[in-house]
Amino acid sequence: MSLTNKVKNSLNWLIGGAQGSGVDSAANIFSRACAEGGLQVFGKREYYSNIKGEHSYFTVRISEREIRSHVDEINMLVSFDAETLLRHAGSVVKGGGIVYDSELADVKIGEVPTLDDAFRDRLVGLLEKVGKPLTVQGVLDYASDNDVSLFSIPYFQLLEEFSTKIEDHSLSKLSRMVNVMSLSSSMALLGFPFETLGSAIRYIFRSKPKIADLNVMAANYAYEYTKTHHDASGLAFSLTTKKPLPDVILVQGNQSSALGKLTAGCKFQTYYPITPASDDSEFLEANEIVPQGEGKDGSILVLQTEDEIAAITMAIGGALTGARSATATSGPGFSLMTEALGWAGMNEVPIVVSLYQRTGPATGLPTRHEQGDLLFATKAGHGEFPRIVFASGDIEESYYDTIKVFNFAEKFQMPVIHMLDKAIANSITTCKIFDQQRILIDRGLLMENVSDISPDLGHASHYRRFKLIRDNKNNNNGEANYLISPRVLLGTENGIFWNTGDEHTEEGHITEDPEIRTAMMDKRMDKLRIAIEQIGDEDKATLYGIDEPDSLTVISWGSTKGAILDAMDRLIDEGKKIRFVQFRLLNPFPIERVRTLIGDHKQLVDIEMNYSSQLALLISENIGISMDHLIVKYNGRPISSSEVYNALVRIILGEAPRRIVLKHGA
Amino acid sequence: MALKLSDYKTEVHNDWCPGCGDFGILNAIQMALSEMGIQKHRAVIFSGIGCSGKTPHFINTYGIHTLHGRVLPFSQGAKLCNPELEVMAVGGDGDGLGIGAGHFVSAGRRNVDMLYIIFNNGVYGLTKGQASPTLKLGLKTKSLPLPNSNNSVNPLALAAVSGFTFIARGYSYDVRHLKDLIKQGIAHKGLAYLDVLQPCPTYNDINTREWYQGSDNLDSETGKQIPRTYKLEGAGYDGIVHLEDEADSKMSNAILKSYEWGKKIPIGTFYQNEMVPTYEERIASKIPDYVKDPPSSQRVSLTDGRPNSDISRLLDILRVSN
Repeated sequence: MSLTNKVKNSLNWLIGGAQGSGVDSAANIFSRACAEGGLQVFGKREYYSNIKGEHSYFTVRISEREIRSHVDEINMLVSFDAETLLRHAGSVVKGGGIVYDSELADVKIGEVPTLDDAFRDRLVGLLEKVGKPLTVQGVLDYASDNDVSLFSIPYFQLLEEFSTKIEDHSLSKLSRMVNVMSLSSSMALLGFPFETLGSAIRYIFRSKPKIADLNVMAANYAYEYTKTHHDASGLAFSLTTKKPLPDVILVQGNQSSALGKLTAGCKFQTYYPITPASDDSEFLEANEIVPQGEGKDGSILVLQTEDEIAAITMAIGGALTGARSATATSGPGFSLMTEALGWAGMNEVPIVVSLYQRTGPATGLPTRHEQGDLLFATKAGHGEFPRIVFASGDIEESYYDTIKVFNFAEKFQMPVIHMLDKAIANSITTCKIFDQQRILIDRGLLMENVSDISPDLGHASHYRRFKLIRDNKNNNNGEANYLISPRVLLGTENGIFWNTGDEHTEEGHITEDPEIRTAMMDKRMDKLRIAIEQIGDEDKATLYGIDEPDSLTVISWGSTKGAILDAMDRLIDEGKKIRFVQFRLLNPFPIERVRTLIGDHKQLVDIEMNYSSQLALLISENIGISMDHLIVKYNGRPISSSEVYNALVRIILGEAPRRIVLKHGA
Repeated sequence: MALKLSDYKTEVHNDWCPGCGDFGILNAIQMALSEMGIQKHRAVIFSGIGCSGKTPHFINTYGIHTLHGRVLPFSQGAKLCNPELEVMAVGGDGDGLGIGAGHFVSAGRRNVDMLYIIFNNGVYGLTKGQASPTLKLGLKTKSLPLPNSNNSVNPLALAAVSGFTFIARGYSYDVRHLKDLIKQGIAHKGLAYLDVLQPCPTYNDINTREWYQGSDNLDSETGKQIPRTYKLEGAGYDGIVHLEDEADSKMSNAILKSYEWGKKIPIGTFYQNEMVPTYEERIASKIPDYVKDPPSSQRVSLTDGRPNSDISRLLDILRVSN
């Protein structure tokens, strides 16, 4: 195949290997190189709950136009161990290529101890069906039959030669660079310029210049070897560079919300280690000194607690002093936080919980993805109290949303659960540099000073922290609405108040009076009405696509957004009418906005990464509309745009059952 | 204007049982605050759940009545975000040593500069007299159907091995002595633990006020009651670490002393070591401006609402081109 016939700058690249062998570094270098080369990047990481030895892999999709999701088809598979070939060679599509270690061809399936029985049985079944040997060579033959080019690289020989060349004979040390060498071989085959690759290697190893030098040299050695010894003419894909657009960043989903916290002025974050939420806190701790205006330094205090109960309760303590406070966790930790969440609701304390969902229940698949906590987040805790549940759909959005959720917490004086997930946390994307001025800070009714004759002082001249203030409009009961009472911070003169988890008076003292109880419940719950009034339509739910009365309407929330948008673009290119409603505010439920967006539409399709179609249940509960189709996935692997596309095509063709369960994933 | 004892009292009706040991502790706290002249709005009393949990409502300072077992993390969070506050945590023995025991141990490891008082009466009062973690093995207080089958935890020893740097015990009917211990605990640089023997007149019919006063412990010659409690400072005991290399031996002495129980029960200061860096000092070693500009006092936004933080440096690292 001549270069001119190749698909240029559009491919799906995968590298795999044992955990601890440098898969992430290699993928980060690849992503960085492509981004520096002016290309768009979307990558995602998959890994076991294990430190070393189990299989992990990273797919990176490259394009010249905006991409927001991964796809199932692999165009270039890069490996340096047997398991990666056994697990992924079958997913490489026609015209693709496989880079592998020459010495591995004879490895038998039974010799790879980390292959679990279930996968091994499926692979053996496949190879027996197509009449291939039960070895690495068998899967390579299978791929080759499918017009996939095979590129065998003698890594060990290259390392020996390289070791002699640089006069460094510690082969075991040098062998740790096999990840970068395999990546470099793939770049040589794709025609990507080495200079840009070298720059990306130096970027990733920027804190260790000597290691960077060594890796660049080793990469170059593999690059030249591959160019000399292999003919890439059968490969249908190529990568070239162009001038990158200004103001593009390459950012990971475990950095974006943390960056948003720094901009939002979060000054205190507590956490207990849990995948996939810990990265958020660790990023903040690594960047605890935060430059402020006028050349001054500010800071964020990050504290690892003894458990998640301490994490949320410490954050609440911090919030009472006025520090914008947050905690980051995943499902198991959030379960432990629920009692304190209710305390924050009861005492109207603004806190943010970043809930990075993973597969549940219990420990579930601890390093895998799911959107199983939506209903839990909207209802978590005993009794009734107001909270905001707000979901981000992608990495870029999560930065801006994080600033918004701190505003929500303080304006409405309640806990906010910011829904994120493993798919966002462990993906990487190019996007426009974050605009630090786009979202303004709004701290709500915050009293910095209280006069000793303030009308907010009540019984015994104590500050009425929970002052019952009513406006002149009536609520559903035909009674006047309550407004939000101004908040003072611990330490404020003339502001002394009390908090208690018990029902309380305006000053915050315990009461069991039935009339105060009713008024205080009304006051707290009325804030949900205020939130609905004040939160903008676009933050409630966002509409994309072709908005016509007979369009197919896809609804979803959270990180499925990218896969849906990419699949929708493809369907629109094919002439289909399709629109997508991305739900953002999930509690309080934006009833009117949702009625406007989907009330008159036929053909409603709900897509979610959980078993029960939890958003569809919320819609049904709130406005009584049920979905025509439910597309669900709960095998722990994020939904791909390939899957969304295929499922929607089936629905459009009238060939789909009401509920479609997606199952792709490795 | 000088602050009087009455300034620290609230008008809230106190519904503790008549004769409850908690009253002595409440008075001692109010006296300590008053004598130390701590401004009302600068003090915050955090509490857990139970009878002792109501304490903040009776004290005219900021009062945060939290969740069962969680008083330490709530209060540490506030203190670390605003180190200017005078933070005190109070709670029961079930609250702090049962459901909250994990936080007790972890708080010791941090050594945040604050005082934690446990109202120790051996029973869960507000839930009608179940055995608490400090009730001795085999005792059957009046509302227990059978004798207690758990061994008791020694809170002073636990505080010592967890890393509390001030460890003392008071007795709720010796209010002046207790007040002095509270003042010492507040003044102490680091995390102070104060265990208060506090008879529950309703549910603990064994460790009663009379028992502490020696009603069953008569001098064979005079026939007079010999009180069980005695003051360490009057018995030649010195628990204060003056030199770094005596920390271990002083702690060993304190632990040994804390096991003295029965006819003689020591009260007073068991251990104090101000040479251990506080958590605030540990933070300040990483965040130099922490003391001057703690989390609570940093401005979040400019007057027009734009964020005050500038993350350009971090964003520049992520840029794909310059």
